[in-house]
Amino acid sequence: MNEVARKPAARFVPLVVFAALVAFFVVGLVWNQTHDARFVPSPLIDKPAPAFRLPKLDRPTEFVTKADMLGKPYLLNVFASWCFACGDEHPVLMAYRDKFGIPLIGYDYKDAPKDARAWLQRHGDPYHEVVTDQSGDTALDFGVYGAPETYLIDAKGIIRYKHIGPLTPDVIAKELEPKIHALEQEGS
Amino acid sequence: MKRPLVVILVAVALALSTAAFAIDPLPFRSTAQRERFQHLTSELRCMVCQDESLLASNADFAKQLRRQIFDMMQQGKSDEQIKDWLVARYSTFILYDPPLAPSTLALWFGTPAILLSGGLVVVVLLRRRTRPAGSIAEDPGDDW
Repeated sequence: MNEVARKPAARFVPLVVFAALVAFFVVGLVWNQTHDARFVPSPLIDKPAPAFRLPKLDRPTEFVTKADMLGKPYLLNVFASWCFACGDEHPVLMAYRDKFGIPLIGYDYKDAPKDARAWLQRHGDPYHEVVTDQSGDTALDFGVYGAPETYLIDAKGIIRYKHIGPLTPDVIAKELEPKIHALEQEGS
Repeated sequence: MKRPLVVILVAVALALSTAAFAIDPLPFRSTAQRERFQHLTSELRCMVCQDESLLASNADFAKQLRRQIFDMMQQGKSDEQIKDWLVARYSTFILYDPPLAPSTLALWFGTPAILLSGGLVVVVLLRRRTRPAGSIAEDPGDDW
């Protein structure tokens, strides 16, 4: 008891430690609420997009390659007819396809081409071109692990931005459009 | 009255059996290779199902990556090469064991550091408590 009486400050040490612990837990809880751990930043950002050679959805005998796409920036949107969240994203793509100012390429992921065609016919086709990856092997190189995912690839074939999950007007305004504008500034 | 119990038991048994292992008919060359595969995939996170390993998950994504890892093993790739391949695509998040890096220092050394400082506090308190009794004769002026 003597010691405590001698140093009144010591009495508050447990309280301070407790407050620090509470602060840790609160930060952890808030972090979990606002960060979805599934949306991992891609290690491929600012790296060259993987080489690909994928058949077109409407003309399966014709292929689109990475080399074909060089020279101008474009958006690559991974979708599938089986993907629920893609249905949520779809109206947004329809509304924005002409506002992006760069081509929007659909990447039909692990999907039967006839299902994809039917899906696009029913809901409308927001894409300037659609390529298909039925096996999902090329998607492995892109680090795709769910749909929808959207990649912004620049004129040199470098991945500049990736969004996992549905694009929303908010995400487009705050993240995607500034990135596209930055690319346009670079190009001019 | 017994029937509900039986139903529950069967349901539990079924649930346990599917949770145990997601089995693909992969043609392993040897038991050793299969064990290596199972060990490696148990250390990798299924990105779409988070709380399951690549070994245990039945998700399509996990099946495809298991196939990919199997193929790489057949090509003679080492565990390290396979992990590097995965990290290049999915970031270190795919590894259950976080690598030692500046961003993970707190994770690796935070707990031992807290434990150590707690131990130090205990030691200091115990010393203070025992000293006055044993050293009153030595320095009588330090009693308050």
